Amino acid sequence: MTLSGALEVASCTDPGMVRSHNEDSIASDGDQGLVVLADGMGGYNAGEVASGMATTVIITELQQLLQKRVPYEIDAHSGQLVAHQLLHEQIAKANTSIYQAAQSQPQYAGMGTTLVVALFYDNKMTVAHIGDSRLYRLRGDELRQVTKDHSLLQEQIDSGVITPQQARQSQNKNLVTRALGIDPIVEAEIHDYDTQPGDIYLLCSDGLCDMVSDDDIGLALQTLSSNLKLCAQHLVQTANDNGGRDNISVILVRVLRDYPAPRSIVGKMMSWFK
Amino acid sequence: MAKLILSMDGLVLKEIALTKERTTIGRKPHNDIQIDNLAVSGEHAVIVTILQDSFLEDLGSTNGTVVNGQPIKKHFLQNSDVVELGKYKLKYVNEAPAGQAKAADFEKTMVLRPGSTKSAAPAPAPAPAAAAPVAVAAGAKNFGDTVAGQSVTAAPVAPSKPAAAPQKNAALQLLSGANAGKELDLTKPLTTLGKPGVQVAVITRRPQGFFITHVEGASFPVVNGKTLDAQAHSLNDHDVIELAGVKMEFFLKT
Repeated sequence: MTLSGALEVASCTDPGMVRSHNEDSIASDGDQGLVVLADGMGGYNAGEVASGMATTVIITELQQLLQKRVPYEIDAHSGQLVAHQLLHEQIAKANTSIYQAAQSQPQYAGMGTTLVVALFYDNKMTVAHIGDSRLYRLRGDELRQVTKDHSLLQEQIDSGVITPQQARQSQNKNLVTRALGIDPIVEAEIHDYDTQPGDIYLLCSDGLCDMVSDDDIGLALQTLSSNLKLCAQHLVQTANDNGGRDNISVILVRVLRDYPAPRSIVGKMMSWFK
Repeated sequence: MAKLILSMDGLVLKEIALTKERTTIGRKPHNDIQIDNLAVSGEHAVIVTILQDSFLEDLGSTNGTVVNGQPIKKHFLQNSDVVELGKYKLKYVNEAPAGQAKAADFEKTMVLRPGSTKSAAPAPAPAPAAAAPVAVAAGAKNFGDTVAGQSVTAAPVAPSKPAAAPQKNAALQLLSGANAGKELDLTKPLTTLGKPGVQVAVITRRPQGFFITHVEGASFPVVNGKTLDAQAHSLNDHDVIELAGVKMEFFLKT
């Protein structure tokens, strides 16, 4: 299945103004409707290793699997949507790879990574995330944060300990409550969303949203929507202009047209008899 | 590590490091910070510390708790807040790590695991303020079932914005076309010019100054008679821009 021409993808990643190397990792395949972003953590270059492993495993495996599996169908064995099943399995695989590398090689001990993946199919998008890398949606002139961070601050906000305004003053930033590769098993948060032509989706690491306000992100997406590449570069530049204290990664996806699943009668019959 | 400096009449009495999850303040001797003064209630207030953040809560004291001159019930302490209890003052000091290298280290993302949290951030406490964050650590696993899609902004603003905007303001004055003579202030971080679908350029307002960049269309903007390429171009006072058949002058305002 190919979505060729339905999505426009642009991305940009940068070490920022303070860090010497980039522990973020990004990968995308617009024709398969697949985008992946990971923000690694761990000493020396272990963060890069973890985020690199996550994006590589997930994109290459899913590219292969999507040749033969149809994301909008229901898996006969598990009763799950195939898209969910594929994401669950490949995230588990990436988790195991990182975890085992961290266990077996002392220089990688304790490495891990956040993750946000979006898979587009049948006028829909399935988003899986772990940690504090985010996905935003611009629809019309409204920018909305779609994912909810797995972080101490988010949980404090949810439980009413602090307000979102106070959270900006908090010194407990950058504490995630979930990450890939830290434990033998990890559960990704997975949800489905309907997409519309004209939507712009932004995947980013915390190096963007900690340095640039949501208002400025929204303004950039709206103003520069006709040139996604420039828009991605502008967002990174704004984060750097504001101090660039962390690595900054941005993936932008614009929905150019509808991309309904090719559901033929024969196909439906086939799926009944499977 | 955050600390409190206890003083009276400008005289420093002692420094207390906030190492515990709950630091109690009151007149009775079992308090962590005992202030033997009749204006202070037996159990006057408590400071709940969660990793790097501290919250002050009045425990229904007779004379109340005042922070920076304002009476409070519950307060998220910020560096150099002054807490007043009768004649006594407690200054809260929680400085972000100073050195650049240290700051970078400090800001690295770390995982807070349900298991490890027990030791890092502390045992359950009866006060409502403290109850929630502890539940957090244990509840981290099943957190995923919550509905996503709500736009909760966690921490979007940079703590320090070095020279967030250029000092000078600038504007464009249209020199030709139907609106000739009109002025357009460049107050936003991004201002687009031109006709969508035909030719669009954007002026970005950055700490270093103002820049013009081509966004869409077959033809590129012209500045002082020179056609630009895809790169951002720094604008100087009185530069003349030609775009989609309209001429305009960029100028700095004093």
